[in-house]
Amino acid sequence: MTSSPLLQIRDLNVRFHGERTVHAINGLNLSLGHGEMLGLLGESGSGKSVTLKTLLRLLPPKRTMIDGSIEVNGTDIMTLSGKRLSRYRGGDVSMVFQEPALALDPVYTVGEQIAETVMRHRGIGRREAMEVALDMLVKVRIPSPERRLKNYPHEMSGGMRQRAMIALALSCRPKLLLADEPTTALDATVQIQILLLLRELQKEFGMSIIFVTHDIGVAVEIADRVAVMYAGNIVEEGSIHDIIRDPRHPYTRGLLSANLHDVARGTRLEAIPGAPPALNIKPASCQFAPRCAHVMPACTSALPPFVSPGEGRRVACLLERGRELA
Amino acid sequence: MLVYFLRRLLYVCPVALGVSIICFMLVHIAPGDPLTSVMAVDATAQEQAAMRAAYGLDKPLPTQYAIWLGKAVQGDLGKSIASGRPVADEVGRAVKNSLMLAFAASLLAFPIGTSLGFLAGYFRDSWVDRLVMSIAIAGVSLPNYWLGIVLVIIFSVTLGWLPAMGAGAGDWAWDLTHLSHLVLPAVTLAVVPIGIVARTMRALVGEIYSMDFVQALYAKGLEPLDVLRHVIRNVAPTGLSVMGIQLGYLLGGSILIETVFNWPGTGFLLSSAIFQRDLPLLQGTILVLALFFVVLNLAVDVAQAAIDPRIKRS
Repeated sequence: MTSSPLLQIRDLNVRFHGERTVHAINGLNLSLGHGEMLGLLGESGSGKSVTLKTLLRLLPPKRTMIDGSIEVNGTDIMTLSGKRLSRYRGGDVSMVFQEPALALDPVYTVGEQIAETVMRHRGIGRREAMEVALDMLVKVRIPSPERRLKNYPHEMSGGMRQRAMIALALSCRPKLLLADEPTTALDATVQIQILLLLRELQKEFGMSIIFVTHDIGVAVEIADRVAVMYAGNIVEEGSIHDIIRDPRHPYTRGLLSANLHDVARGTRLEAIPGAPPALNIKPASCQFAPRCAHVMPACTSALPPFVSPGEGRRVACLLERGRELA
Repeated sequence: MLVYFLRRLLYVCPVALGVSIICFMLVHIAPGDPLTSVMAVDATAQEQAAMRAAYGLDKPLPTQYAIWLGKAVQGDLGKSIASGRPVADEVGRAVKNSLMLAFAASLLAFPIGTSLGFLAGYFRDSWVDRLVMSIAIAGVSLPNYWLGIVLVIIFSVTLGWLPAMGAGAGDWAWDLTHLSHLVLPAVTLAVVPIGIVARTMRALVGEIYSMDFVQALYAKGLEPLDVLRHVIRNVAPTGLSVMGIQLGYLLGGSILIETVFNWPGTGFLLSSAIFQRDLPLLQGTILVLALFFVVLNLAVDVAQAAIDPRIKRS
């Protein structure tokens, strides 16, 4: 394992132009080590998926303004184009999508779709690529893989399709897997199977995973480290253990208490009041302040700086500074 | 696949039978006596009755239908009242000419319409898209018989490059004179389907490109050309059916164009049969055209099922 991180995002800003401008990502910094499993947590519109899509340069270039730097294995991926970009996508970094029914081409068999990727990246023949595809279906534990290889996506169940999608994403042995809410569209029982499968495959392949979810329960199940996103930036980051035991940011606390796990019957579930901001102007102050129970005058005048309350932890909240001074 | 094909073929039989009944009845429901146009004005009642009996028009309708159908399946569509020649021969010659024209027009329209539609769908909301859509809308909304006349004035009357009328002397042959006769009517006929195909393709291509799986294809490292291949395969089933229907219209719906250019095809034959109240000819032509439509639909269905795995084959 090398000491330099696999992924290093610095000062990432993503802005969408259209009928109205949306500041989707605002000054995001993130680094990820080799073989690490990071849970990216946040509600809809907090910029989780945009972060993943930026990592694969999937956002429509015409309507998107991106600045900042993203390095994967030392390569600045913002400068990639043409063949090098294609080699990077699906080769070094690949992605599993939220809805496997929509993310697979309906008129090609699953085998063809996996083999196509393998042929592209490894430059091998069709027959060999099909063998790799079969091997991958075995790896993701799809029953009767020979038959499934010739199936079209609509002939499979949701869980099976997601397994096939994972097989596709891992077929070229990526160093980093981006999982965009891969279990959200699935039944609870299938969810846990997919999570366990991802964990096993991560160990087997030794890759890093960024796992995006809005479900803190899922993050607990799978991640080593969690980054909580709000309004296009990370507000708190730390090991899953620390975050669960001792959440510092009021938003993280809100997320945890809004969860059904470990809540005594009859007690009221605490929800975070209000809604996330619209983000049509670039944030200049704490975006959570309007919904925060501990809001102070200083919160609405400037962006809160990151404070590190412990090893590998950071929180963007003025409450932390008060705690430090005390 | 073979089972699917045979089953579809089986479904065609009742449809064809229904078509034949409607063809037969339509002509009888329409007002006007077919004999008035061929009989002398002062023919006696006896002469009229004799004529009726000769053409079998004195028997009850179901009997007439049974006789007509029985002969039709053997390829005998009766004799034309106006010309006295076998209807099958007349229709056969006209169908050949119309097919020629329809295929020439689709050979122009489908590739042009498809490429324009793909361009517009790929560059959606750009100037390319707006240009293509203007062409398409113009193509669909221009009255094509008017366009035909304009083309004749320009290319035949003023420039004298191309003939204005007919399909050339004698039977069809693959030579320059006959081909030159084909140009103007084919171009005129192609304009509407170009517009329709382009618009449909644009909508389809735009829709497919905005689907999640296209992003997923890019995410797994495919190049734009590979992605285009996927898009084409997804567009093909619907695109094919649209083109199939258009080909059907081109075959039977070109009455105006064939009249403008004096093209001896089915449209031309139909209009003269209508004006002369030539019952057997009318029935025969409509039947053959309708059966073409049925066969075309069958072909499109089978082709669709061959491309799109989501269409049940069993």
